[in-house]
Amino acid sequence: MTAAPDHKPTFAQISLIEQLDKALPILLVPILVVLGFLAIGAPSSWLTLTVSGLAMGMMIFIMASGLTLVFGLMDVINFGHGAFVSVGAFVGISVLIALGEWTGTASLLLNISAVFLAVVAAMAVTGVMGWGFERVIVKPVYGAHLKQILVTVGGLIVVEQLIHVVWGPDEIFISRPETLKGAITFAGAAVEKYRLLAVGVGLVLFLAMRMVLRRTKIGLIVRAGVENGPMVEALGYRLRMVFIGVFVAGSALAGLGGVMWGLYQEVITAGMGEKMMVLVFIVAIIGGLGSVEGAFIGALLVGLMQNYVAFLEPKLALVSNIALMTAILMWRPQGMLPVVKAK
Amino acid sequence: MIVKLLSGDQPRSKVLTTLLLLILICLAGAPFIFDGVRPLDTAARICIFIVLVASYDLLLGYGGIVSFAHTMFFGLGAYGVALASTHMGRGFDALLVGTISGAIAAVVLALLIGLFSLRVRAIFFAMITLAVASAVAVLVSQFSGITGGEDGLTYKIPRVLTSANRMGEFLGTRISGKILNYYLVFTASLILFLLLLRIVNSPFGRVLQAIRENDFRAEAIGYRVVWYRTVATCLSAATAAVAGSLFAIWLRYVGPDTTLSFEIMLDILLMVVIGGMGTMYGAVIGATLFVLAQTYLQNFMGSASEATAALPLIPDLLDPDRWLMWLGILFILSVYFFPTGIVGRLRQGRSS
Repeated sequence: MTAAPDHKPTFAQISLIEQLDKALPILLVPILVVLGFLAIGAPSSWLTLTVSGLAMGMMIFIMASGLTLVFGLMDVINFGHGAFVSVGAFVGISVLIALGEWTGTASLLLNISAVFLAVVAAMAVTGVMGWGFERVIVKPVYGAHLKQILVTVGGLIVVEQLIHVVWGPDEIFISRPETLKGAITFAGAAVEKYRLLAVGVGLVLFLAMRMVLRRTKIGLIVRAGVENGPMVEALGYRLRMVFIGVFVAGSALAGLGGVMWGLYQEVITAGMGEKMMVLVFIVAIIGGLGSVEGAFIGALLVGLMQNYVAFLEPKLALVSNIALMTAILMWRPQGMLPVVKAK
Repeated sequence: MIVKLLSGDQPRSKVLTTLLLLILICLAGAPFIFDGVRPLDTAARICIFIVLVASYDLLLGYGGIVSFAHTMFFGLGAYGVALASTHMGRGFDALLVGTISGAIAAVVLALLIGLFSLRVRAIFFAMITLAVASAVAVLVSQFSGITGGEDGLTYKIPRVLTSANRMGEFLGTRISGKILNYYLVFTASLILFLLLLRIVNSPFGRVLQAIRENDFRAEAIGYRVVWYRTVATCLSAATAAVAGSLFAIWLRYVGPDTTLSFEIMLDILLMVVIGGMGTMYGAVIGATLFVLAQTYLQNFMGSASEATAALPLIPDLLDPDRWLMWLGILFILSVYFFPTGIVGRLRQGRSS
């Protein structure tokens, strides 16, 4: 009989490098902010740009979170996600225009309730639309990536054209509600009120989403489903129903993102969702497909990068994001915080 | 001889053969069969789009790779010719230099994107190409000093190829440089198409199809999947760039809307799917039908919209500007019900 092999467990702490490697994705945002400060120099313009970068990042995150979860859960890649952004913006802005009296007065309460109603309407419409989209367009092509991409692109075209039919071919200009106009001056830097609101809404949403995913039963099922779908189904949960729920929620969030983005730009077009999809995809890829936290960090990086570079060298704004994506993919080919798949 | 020219890939359906012959004859004799400028322009467009769609089919139908950057490669070729003609003056050398440099740029870019994204996950490729293509489109419209921005570039091509060059009459049609130009486009397109047919029917094409069906298994048999996919991407990019150069030579104008826009990418997708993925003849049928529809169906929709003007909503739905919506619906339906497209249907009909 041979002696048992020597077994020496080590209790050494993981080295500093390894710790750093784990924390690096989260540290990237402050690093980028500091780099931006060094490159720009003037503190006041740096603060303005940082706030608008964070606001943009939050809005992109709102749009991207649904897409990335849908992919993680069911391996469905939805190229038509941008359609929900456009529809949400059009519905929300229409409500705001209809409530012109509320938005025209300088009462904070009336303004906020008008925006709230617009958001509710937009999310309701895009949620229902998401349900229909899942039923009609996505369901027949489960498991076939090629067909999914083609069919969802087709859905995007049709929805975009339907927007033209309903709202006419022209872009719609909109001004923000009275109390959300203008800027606050802080430490010599002008910070637009609306951007602060967008940052707030985005943060609250992210924390709420994290809460739901980490602390509730449904969140547990969703996270388990992303990691190992068949196992969750074997335990008796109907993952399909969960998936439809996530799809609808993701679509509604895209609609919310559309309203916010429309108010941010103060102009909406049927093609806006399609344009946003480029940034949303970059965010989903660098975050790691399926990861909500990754998408959050990715969105902040993209938003900040876009604003800093647009200030320093306006022509290179979009290219800088491609460069960011390239760099991150070289470092981590699966994205920053990839979801571990047990499949 | 003919079988050899077609690389042994015969149409395998009587209806399809008839259709293809009809298209070939109409395109070959376009200046003599049809009168006027518009049909000739349509014919040239069909030739160019057949090549463009066929090169996309090499990627999508044979390789199973979805790319959204095909218009970018098309645009690279077109801008290559435009820039060379602007800076080197009119001349065939400018056209040649422009075409070659456009194709080289396309291959280099395709290689970079391919090595980057195909290595990780095929699905990344679709998203990354979308991002890169839109970045290139934005760059082109921003660097207006070089590219002419949104207005695009207008330039001169050799006098021999313009309608100012008159060369007498033949079969009752006045032969001008324009017709010579058309035959340049036609011949080049035909050669490129036969070349693509050769590629997909070579051992390389077979491996590509094997990878499309089951990449894991192909890898296990010993084929380097990434290498094959990347080479297919490069080949397809180069062909698209040459098609773009032909387009630039024909139009004598290059702009973001005619070469780089996302709409053209959608057009290409529609043509491939409607004609039939995974067969080169699908590109011929798809491109021909689509370009004809684009040119003539919109007139028809306009009159239909006017005829129903009294009804609510319907005239809006039938508005000529909304034709893309109907194509979108057709596109979704064909992906569901005819994933093999028109050509697949025709071939199936024969065997059953």
